[in-house]
Amino acid sequence: MGPETATAHHAAAHDADHEELGFWWKYVFSTDHKTIGIQYAVTGLLFLLFGFSLMMLMRWQLAYPGRALPLIGALLGEARMPGGLMLPEFYNELGAMHGTIMVFLGVVPLAVGGFGNFVLPLQIGAPDMAFPRINMASYWSYFVGGVVMLASFFVPGGAAQSGWTSYAPLSNIAGSGQSWWLFGMVFLITSSLLGSINFIVTTIQLRAPGLSYFRLPFFVWSQLVTSFLLLLAFPPLEAAAFLQLMDRHAGTSFFMPSGLVVSGQVLEVTGGGNPLLWQHLFWFLAHPEVYVLILPALGIVAEIVANNTRKPLFGYRSMVYSVIFLGFMSFIVWAHHMFITGMGTTMATFFQTTTMIISIPSIVVLTALILSLWGGSIRFTTPMLFALGFLPMFGIGGLTGLPLGLAATDVHLHDTYYVIGHFHYVVAPGTIFGLFAGVYYWFPKATGRAMNEALGKLHFWGSLVFMNVIFMPFFIMGLAGVSRRLYDGGASYAHAQPVLQWNVVSSVGAWCLGLAQIPFIVNFFWSAFRGRRVEANPWEATTLEWAAPSPPPHGNFPQLPQAHRGPYEYSVPGAPRDYLPQWEPRGA
Amino acid sequence: MDIPYTVAARPDTGLNNGKIAIWLFLASEVMLFGALFASYVMLRVGAPEWPAGATYLNVPLATLNTVVLISSSVTMVLAWASLVKRNFSRFRLFLGITILCGLVFLVIKYFEYSAKFHHGYLPATNTFLAIYFTLTGLHGLHVIGGMAVNSWLWGPGSAMWRTDPAHFTNRVENAGLFWHLVDLVWIFLFPVLYLL
Repeated sequence: MGPETATAHHAAAHDADHEELGFWWKYVFSTDHKTIGIQYAVTGLLFLLFGFSLMMLMRWQLAYPGRALPLIGALLGEARMPGGLMLPEFYNELGAMHGTIMVFLGVVPLAVGGFGNFVLPLQIGAPDMAFPRINMASYWSYFVGGVVMLASFFVPGGAAQSGWTSYAPLSNIAGSGQSWWLFGMVFLITSSLLGSINFIVTTIQLRAPGLSYFRLPFFVWSQLVTSFLLLLAFPPLEAAAFLQLMDRHAGTSFFMPSGLVVSGQVLEVTGGGNPLLWQHLFWFLAHPEVYVLILPALGIVAEIVANNTRKPLFGYRSMVYSVIFLGFMSFIVWAHHMFITGMGTTMATFFQTTTMIISIPSIVVLTALILSLWGGSIRFTTPMLFALGFLPMFGIGGLTGLPLGLAATDVHLHDTYYVIGHFHYVVAPGTIFGLFAGVYYWFPKATGRAMNEALGKLHFWGSLVFMNVIFMPFFIMGLAGVSRRLYDGGASYAHAQPVLQWNVVSSVGAWCLGLAQIPFIVNFFWSAFRGRRVEANPWEATTLEWAAPSPPPHGNFPQLPQAHRGPYEYSVPGAPRDYLPQWEPRGA
Repeated sequence: MDIPYTVAARPDTGLNNGKIAIWLFLASEVMLFGALFASYVMLRVGAPEWPAGATYLNVPLATLNTVVLISSSVTMVLAWASLVKRNFSRFRLFLGITILCGLVFLVIKYFEYSAKFHHGYLPATNTFLAIYFTLTGLHGLHVIGGMAVNSWLWGPGSAMWRTDPAHFTNRVENAGLFWHLVDLVWIFLFPVLYLL
């Protein structure tokens, strides 16, 4: 039986399987890792769009403080934007929820829940995740967390207003939206706990025969390390959430110092707490979280670079060792976010040393990816363009982080727009470009149809240009000393006057970036139903997911595949084609 | 479609899926309680004065609770060992004792809590009581969770013994691992809160 007939047989048998499942069980409460992956990805993309919309709204206030926003301002009502003018409280809600939604509801669910769920079992030749029902529970826990976060906009006093970091004691005395934020986080933490256990067990246990650890695609390695970070770094934030809920609802003072004065009055609390405790617990999660954001994107980019340069990754083993080392180190760098909290120079010295050490593996991975381009016959497909865009953007993000990792320079840059610029270069044109690359790359596998290349290229060039228009001015403003989180964008500060016009540039860039996403949205839906049909392996790739039919049926493979070689056997001298898939026996 | 290695061990790792998963879960639980213990240390080190546990808490009752919980861990192991020896009725007996021990622990804890409330000792009274109620409260929730799992394995879940005894034995073992963690957390809580 040839592979086509086997596929047809399997598909037929599988269709019969699915007749028994109704719509709800097949598409909504599915336990199939591919359906859950798509659910995660679509929900994550919607949250990315929503979180971005909050920012486009804020950018109006930053560019034109005190000017009424036409049309949309009226729609948001008197409680938020009376007469089209944004209230400071609403601005704070938008700021806090933009960060929370982008990080916890957008990027992580798309990068880990979406790509991890869809691609990882296919790449290791598994029929599904190790625990399909836990996988479904993970998605629905995420979904509930998202609903709680969205609902918090409508509670009295609005959503959380204390920034995505929720620093105490400000967050302790904030309105009820903060409690909703904490409950939402508990659901999201539960979701990533269930997901990360599932990923680790799946990777260890369900690898296809012959697929040893050093034959795993780099994407699988990046997901494996990411899962360990989620598993071990999130519980301390859960502990912090419990402590803050106790502070808010049981009258304890874990984060409340004695004698705290708010609005000229001494608060009546038992005191004796420590606001720095929140920062330690928060950053113990949130620094590894930065690597949770970036590692899956590095994995995606590595797959796409190898596939489109038609040559093996340069230094695959070094990349794997680097990413493992990076995972370990990410647990002991967190206090570099706290240099100016007065924690002392001894602590600062320790944490800036570990921070400099952790930059080494990141640079090893990035350098390996750039060197992989050398001598390749590069195919400039849309996923490859996004992957190529990722490399310098992530490079800028990483290098601008070095002055923040050293205590002496961080004292000047801390809490300025420079920090925002650095972080957004890592995550927006960095990670999100990696994720877009992944969407274009695996879309044919998920739907059996390719995305449109012309619209894809339009999307890429628009995004690349406007991402830089938005974020490059942040460095200029930050170096001039403009603080983050200012309601008027710095207009009331004398030292900000020479750079204020950059706020307008950045805002116009943000709105244009919004327009640049329209080709993607059109492409996504149009291609899903009308796109060019493709066969199992349209990119002529080597890893196991391309052995499955497009889209893969329930159970993924007609026969479970076997791995015969490493993941990136491109342009092997003497081979009949320029790629040797992992699943083909030698000589085939 | 069957997921491989749900019951039998994968030859090269020597483990089944559930066993790895429960250990990973326990690792994350260690990080959860580890963070709370670390918070305790930070709050205590920063406090000008810190009460001795015995000024607020009842050491004899907590000692009794420690004995009860350690005993329940022993009976949990015996319950699993009975299944390995294919003695289902003894499994039921020992798991039943384990669940009862959990219940006794909670009843004693209830009396401790209500004595505190009666004296007006609330989480808001001071930082020591705040961390006491938070840590023991979260631990109590874990006791309830472990009892819920054990009760299900004692009752309706045990139907699996007839259809798939190896799988059922694995489940009891994994539930036991969780129960030991609950016990272990208490063994740290007892000296930290009551004795130090």
